[in-house]
Amino acid sequence: MSKPKLALYWAASCGGCEVTVLDLAEKILDVAGFFDIVFWPCAMDFKYKDVEAMADGTIDLCLFNGAIRNSENESMAHLMRRKAKVLVAFGSCAMDGCIQGLANLTTREEILESSYQQTPSTVNPERTRPLPLVAAPEGDLDIPEFYDSVRTLAQVVPVDYFIPGCPPQSAQVLTVISAIMQGAVLPPVGSVIGAGEKTCCEECGRPRKEKHLKRFYRVWEAETNPEECLLDQGVICMGPATRSGCGALCVKANMPCRGCYGAAPNVIDQGAKMVSAIGSVIDFQDPAEIDSALDQIADPVGTFYRFSVPNSMLQHKQSSA
Amino acid sequence: MEMNSKTFEPRIIGFLCNWCSYTGADLAGTSRMKSAPNLRIIRLMCSGRVDPSFILRAFQLGADGILVLGCHPGDCHYQEGNFKALRRVHLLKRILRDFGVDERRLRLEWVSAAEGEKFAKVANEFTEEVRALGPLHLETNVLSQSLGGELETQEVAA
Amino acid sequence: MRKIVIDPVTRLEGHGKIAIFLNDDGEVANTYFQVPELRGFEQFCVGRPVEEMPRITTRICGVCPEAHHMASVKACDAVFHVEPPPAAKKLRELLYSAFYVGDHTLHFYALGGPDFVVGPDAPASERNILGVVRKVGLEAGQKVIELRKRAQRVVSLIGGKAIHPVTGLPGGMAKSLNTEERDEIVGHTAYFLEFAKFTLGVVDQVVLSNQAYVDMILSDTYTHRLYSMGTVDENNKGNFYDGKIRVVDPDGKEFVKFSPRDYLQVLEERVEPWTYLKFPFLKQVGWKGFVDGKDSGVYRATPLSRLNAADGMATPLAQEQYERMYKTLGGKPVHQTLATHWARVIELVYAAERAAELARDDEILSDKIRTIPTATPSEGVGSVEAPRGTLYHHYVTDERGILQKVNLIVGTTNNHAAIAMSIRKAAQGVIRRGVEITDGVLNRIEMAFRAYDPCFGCATHSLPGKMPLEVEVFDSHGTLLTSRRRGSV
Repeated sequence: MSKPKLALYWAASCGGCEVTVLDLAEKILDVAGFFDIVFWPCAMDFKYKDVEAMADGTIDLCLFNGAIRNSENESMAHLMRRKAKVLVAFGSCAMDGCIQGLANLTTREEILESSYQQTPSTVNPERTRPLPLVAAPEGDLDIPEFYDSVRTLAQVVPVDYFIPGCPPQSAQVLTVISAIMQGAVLPPVGSVIGAGEKTCCEECGRPRKEKHLKRFYRVWEAETNPEECLLDQGVICMGPATRSGCGALCVKANMPCRGCYGAAPNVIDQGAKMVSAIGSVIDFQDPAEIDSALDQIADPVGTFYRFSVPNSMLQHKQSSA
Repeated sequence: MEMNSKTFEPRIIGFLCNWCSYTGADLAGTSRMKSAPNLRIIRLMCSGRVDPSFILRAFQLGADGILVLGCHPGDCHYQEGNFKALRRVHLLKRILRDFGVDERRLRLEWVSAAEGEKFAKVANEFTEEVRALGPLHLETNVLSQSLGGELETQEVAA
Repeated sequence: MRKIVIDPVTRLEGHGKIAIFLNDDGEVANTYFQVPELRGFEQFCVGRPVEEMPRITTRICGVCPEAHHMASVKACDAVFHVEPPPAAKKLRELLYSAFYVGDHTLHFYALGGPDFVVGPDAPASERNILGVVRKVGLEAGQKVIELRKRAQRVVSLIGGKAIHPVTGLPGGMAKSLNTEERDEIVGHTAYFLEFAKFTLGVVDQVVLSNQAYVDMILSDTYTHRLYSMGTVDENNKGNFYDGKIRVVDPDGKEFVKFSPRDYLQVLEERVEPWTYLKFPFLKQVGWKGFVDGKDSGVYRATPLSRLNAADGMATPLAQEQYERMYKTLGGKPVHQTLATHWARVIELVYAAERAAELARDDEILSDKIRTIPTATPSEGVGSVEAPRGTLYHHYVTDERGILQKVNLIVGTTNNHAAIAMSIRKAAQGVIRRGVEITDGVLNRIEMAFRAYDPCFGCATHSLPGKMPLEVEVFDSHGTLLTSRRRGSV
């Protein structure tokens, strides 16, 4: 009997989700023993044509990491959807857009202008810009063109499951793959797997009090007490709006959560949930005092939506609204 | 699709609290005060129940302007709910600004059960302000999946 | 003119494409190395609080997030005009050394190394970590896995997370080490050292004892006489974490030595329309095109360049190996690109020795690891040696520390021009009229850039993508004659 087929693909990604799979360490040999890895560009030389040649639905499991930024990413999303029985959005880029999603708060033109014109080390008086098609003296050269914004995998094709995290912690990846290897029944389509059903606060372990915040502190400003909730101390921590599953590693290292595991269960817009939470705990009633306190939150959109701009309700900056 | 701001009819969603502002709106109605029909009202128990995601959802689904009306400070049936609403709206406006949505499309006002006239005035004034701002035409990707099951298709706001 | 396209390239991080144009004699007229990705960190970080950058810029690359974390936190120190306590710097450097051990190991065994260990003409299915294991032994594979596990563990003990560390702050670190953690790290560094020695053995047995490889390393096809850049300490010994940046000319003479904050006086970047990646060059020499020599502003920033730019290594076993390499290859500086693989292993030894030194330094247990900034933030540059080259983060903020301008020159970017030249020369060397373009031929072209351990995700502050390799051969009418593909896409 043939082994179940596994594929791993990376679209617009930093590679961290590949490394988290490599961080399975010796367990990766068990995975390679159980599955027939038919496609894994980072580590193996399988051909695109090989995947195209497979009958639809013959890949049992595809772990797809990375966001959709150009036409190549998008066509691969469609290809892997056709060829895979189960397609998993693996990691924050595929699920929420991740940090590169902050580009959705700027425009393609601004990015090109700053990269090729404005940075202080760039000297470009002819205003040369990279172009999709260039006529060089010897012949034509082409490079793929970008889309105007970053999209998540589910905004392009239907997705069966979501594994959150930037990156998903190796231990969680192992839990999911082991369960599949042992023949576990999969949860309903659309579920988040490899993560918890609570917020990050659950895993944090620090004592929490009822909050009455009059002041916010940025992480550089003050040394914090490691035995007390960071939000209680006025440091914005995304724990209340973020799904559990990572082990609260950042907070255990004395740094506030920034939300890489995505929205908490039953929350659609992670940033909006944080607005709600912060709104609850500011201890002012006068509008002017409220605004002064809010002024101390240095970058609400970039903090509350650090990983999730593309998957937020507004998805990207409106051009004129 | 409206081409001309004179003929553009803004779609306004109002989140009104049961105890004060909804009753105030009711009073405006029974007193036959004229108030803009552009406003569609959603009644909640308290303005503190307005989750910021309701506001964003309303924009997503086609609202051009959103009103949040609650009890005056000190009068909230649940003590603090209206203050929570105040703080959330202030913070959400900053977020809207960074997303390129004019923050004037979101407005919070206090309207008591006896202030039918104030309700009508706010509804009318806000409708005109949003009319001047023009339609929102939120650009979003069409396919969006809610976690936990069913696929939900939202059309881009017309 | 015939065009051959190699798209994408394999066994490196990132996305790249090569176009080779042949003239009517079937010889290589020109090659273009194109990097097709861009994400825009320099723009979308504007508006972010500067102290968040050490956690934002790690997402430029999930393979070397530690490099960005360190360069970023040093830039933040500079922006806030704050000096971290010595214990904090040692913690940072210890994390960084452990990262280097893991990263150089990954490249040698899984990415660039297979070309030597199994040979450039071995079938594609053998030219990867599995082929290496088959050649050198299963135990080697297990050692690599164990090494990486330990290196990641050290990073997470100091940095909070292994992939995308979080503890760097302007003025210090967020977390100190307790004795248990420190003792565990000491144990790991002992393993690093043993493994580094083992890898030296692999270089000896498999590469240096094979005359064909040595000839290939020394051949002109893979040689370029260029300026070399690297970071050195106050004794002009190489250091990955901190120091001044030194550039030596193709003859090995010091050309310039500068502080990171003065990088704009030394470097300039050029834009070409056929690639998203820019080309840095030495401003004072000037851009003369993709050419070798003292009059050309093209420079390299690789493990080999770092060794060329330094007067030696700061730790004993690494120093011994440094001397041995130069003796074997005929003196300093060495310009043979493939020798970069050997230089990389020497750096692996240094990183292991340095990690052991720092772990045993009792100051590493101190809880004085933060200086709270008091000055108004403004502007700063931080640099480190990323495994792939000197990495610069330059931030300009307003008086609240909110970013107004960001400039990044990332490791591999330094080498963009040199990579393009290496590819062209290798292509000219191996593609000749009448010679069939086999998989092995193409691989010898790829070897030219694989030595640089490029990370184009970093280079374009974009996302590394898949690196399959596609070659298409067109005749002068544009008709497809033959095509060959490796990997995906």
